[in-house]
Amino acid sequence: MIETHDLSKQFNNDFWAVDGVSLTVQPGQILAILGQNGAGKTTTVRMLTALLIPTRGWARVNGYDIVADGAKVRASIGVLTEQHGLYMRMSGMEYLDFFADLYGLKDSVRATERNRLLEYFGLAESAHRRVGEYSKGMKQKLALARALIHNPPVLLLDEPTSAMDPESARLVRDQIASLKSSQRTIVICTHNLAEAEMLADVVAVIYRGRILVSGTLDELKDAVLGPREYEVRLAREWSQDGFVPPAGVSLVARESDRIRFRVDDPRVANPQLVQELAARQAPVVSLSESPRTLEQVYLKVMADAQAGRSK
Amino acid sequence: MKATLHPVWLMAKRELRDQMRDWRILMPLILLTVGFPFLMDAFAYYAVELTNQYGGDLIVDRLVPFSILIIGFFPITISLLGALESFVGEKERGTIEPLLGSPLADWQLYLGKLIVGIASPLVSSFVSIAIYLVVVSRQQLDMPSLEIFAQLFLLTIAHALLMVSAAIVISVQSTSVKAANLLASFIIVPVTMLMMGETALFIRLNNRVLWMAVLAVIIMAGLLVRLGLAHFQREYLLGREIDVLNLRWIGRTFWGYFKGDANSISTWYRDSVSATLRKLRKPVALLVAFMIVGIAVTYFWSLENLPGYLASLDEQEMAKFQDRISNAGGVTETAITAPYLFIHNVQATLAIGFFGMFSFGVLAVILYLINTSMIGGLFGYFKLQGLEILPLFINGILPHGIFEIPALILSCAAVLHVGLILVTPQEQRTIGDVLLEALADWARVYIGVVVPLLALAAVVESYVTPLLLSNALK
Repeated sequence: MIETHDLSKQFNNDFWAVDGVSLTVQPGQILAILGQNGAGKTTTVRMLTALLIPTRGWARVNGYDIVADGAKVRASIGVLTEQHGLYMRMSGMEYLDFFADLYGLKDSVRATERNRLLEYFGLAESAHRRVGEYSKGMKQKLALARALIHNPPVLLLDEPTSAMDPESARLVRDQIASLKSSQRTIVICTHNLAEAEMLADVVAVIYRGRILVSGTLDELKDAVLGPREYEVRLAREWSQDGFVPPAGVSLVARESDRIRFRVDDPRVANPQLVQELAARQAPVVSLSESPRTLEQVYLKVMADAQAGRSK
Repeated sequence: MKATLHPVWLMAKRELRDQMRDWRILMPLILLTVGFPFLMDAFAYYAVELTNQYGGDLIVDRLVPFSILIIGFFPITISLLGALESFVGEKERGTIEPLLGSPLADWQLYLGKLIVGIASPLVSSFVSIAIYLVVVSRQQLDMPSLEIFAQLFLLTIAHALLMVSAAIVISVQSTSVKAANLLASFIIVPVTMLMMGETALFIRLNNRVLWMAVLAVIIMAGLLVRLGLAHFQREYLLGREIDVLNLRWIGRTFWGYFKGDANSISTWYRDSVSATLRKLRKPVALLVAFMIVGIAVTYFWSLENLPGYLASLDEQEMAKFQDRISNAGGVTETAITAPYLFIHNVQATLAIGFFGMFSFGVLAVILYLINTSMIGGLFGYFKLQGLEILPLFINGILPHGIFEIPALILSCAAVLHVGLILVTPQEQRTIGDVLLEALADWARVYIGVVVPLLALAAVVESYVTPLLLSNALK
């Protein structure tokens, strides 16, 4: 579990890289932190890894305070850093062994875990080759294997699938999803909004060190984009004279072959809407929810933040 | 113990493996280790030939230790590059963060790097020295005594420790490999000067002085390791992104520490200077104890050894010796002008400050001991001359000594304080900030107390002491 309260970091006594971040991530949850470059994602992760000491506020990772129990915090965490951070003159196997030793794994466990991860990420055949000879994707997979070698209860992953081909990215996403089901607490920093939407249970958007919005995907969509929108597709032109939407439904757009509604409570309003349309003999082909993506949420939040700042 | 040292070993092993796989480090190291002894041997051969033409046996005797010192030094300079990039290089390559994110303690990480940084150049140095000794043994050169070998052995270790630990301190504090390499001159220049001094000692002075030099260098090396450990912070490696010398910040911070909360000279003395003087209580007590012991030791040493030495001097040498004695003690009936005395003493205390700053106070203490112990030697000499010590002390030293000796003690204590503060861990503070505060403390004491005391001492020594002394000697 990760808990932070008013977590803040100031550099050079004037610049607040992170300012008042309060978050909770439960075991079995994935939090995606989204934001521009320099928004404070990496600084937040570095504080959670007990590498940077907060200027204000506190954080607990796996029950340990990041300032008082730095070593225990680090032992509980698997980190995938922004840069993969591999030693180019070591072989993949030596590299994983080195980190397994640093985390105090016993010889037998070390060999089993190392072989399992090399096998899983398709690196077993290249295990004796020097890391410098690996492709970008292989390096990223090895870095992820390093983060997992000690089976940590908390994972902090910065851009976990960057530089990977679609197949490898899928593999990594599957691995992250399986880790979630084993009750691990996972934080992902990413620019890949589709990936965040696929994996995250909770999303936080950070801008200039502050969390602008946070919550589950549905909560964010409702809060940022407003009530859900539904679209009725019609087979042909239909005279809509005298059509009054039922209570809880407001008309958003009307075209000759489609009508878009905003609905407060779809479970109540949608059946009434369908009945009304049928009663007025509307040639309905389909009624479907208009897709609302995390990308829309993110762009709206960022646009509002920038507009607010320019005001 | 074994469990806590295991990660250090892991770090060291990885570093060593990395070095052994990098031909850019290996090649020059091997060439220097194997090739340089032969070069030095050729140099020794021609030097012997040349000096023998002029009967220079004494120089030749001392040539082998000098060569060993140089041969031991060169592989360390090559390894310096590895040490300089040990942390900042990993930072540039992005490999430092996973390492810092591991449960390693700061000291384990630091020590792992330090051990490899020191071990590999030392192995190289000793192999090189061994090759040289094998080569040189075929020639008609006197081999150094075991004592000299022990000194050379310790000096080579101390040089490696000094240079590598300084390089690692630079590596931790730098923000790029380029910056770290540019700062290497701050290691090479002082160590080269140090070696010039050591070489002079090998050629000219006796072994006892050399042992003192060895001890001083080892203490400095140890303090430098301590400095590195005290100021090694993970945050420092990741948090700093800017690599500029911010003179405005330096000036502002120094002035802030120097001034304290004072808004007038009287409040500056009352609050700021007195606060610094309180900080100096322990160094002052230590230096007073050193002075008492130093005076006692030289007093009894001179009573024991001076008669034999004086008996061995001819008339001319005796005159020279007496001249030196009167200059050293300032015990003279001739009035010297107060400004001259003042400037001389300011120069002396500033020299103590200068050398002390670069050696964590070690050289300052040595210079202080030389100055204060001289009093014991003088007393011993006067006793041997049949003079009463007490009247001489009361009339010749005490009047201006009341001001001069505390000034000397305080100036040395302030420098020692700078060294002590630097090697003491300071949570959440940068080394620059700590250094500026310590320097401001030194400046407070020097300007606020030492300079006024030296001015008073100069006036008294110029106008009062000669009168009192001439009356006493009548």
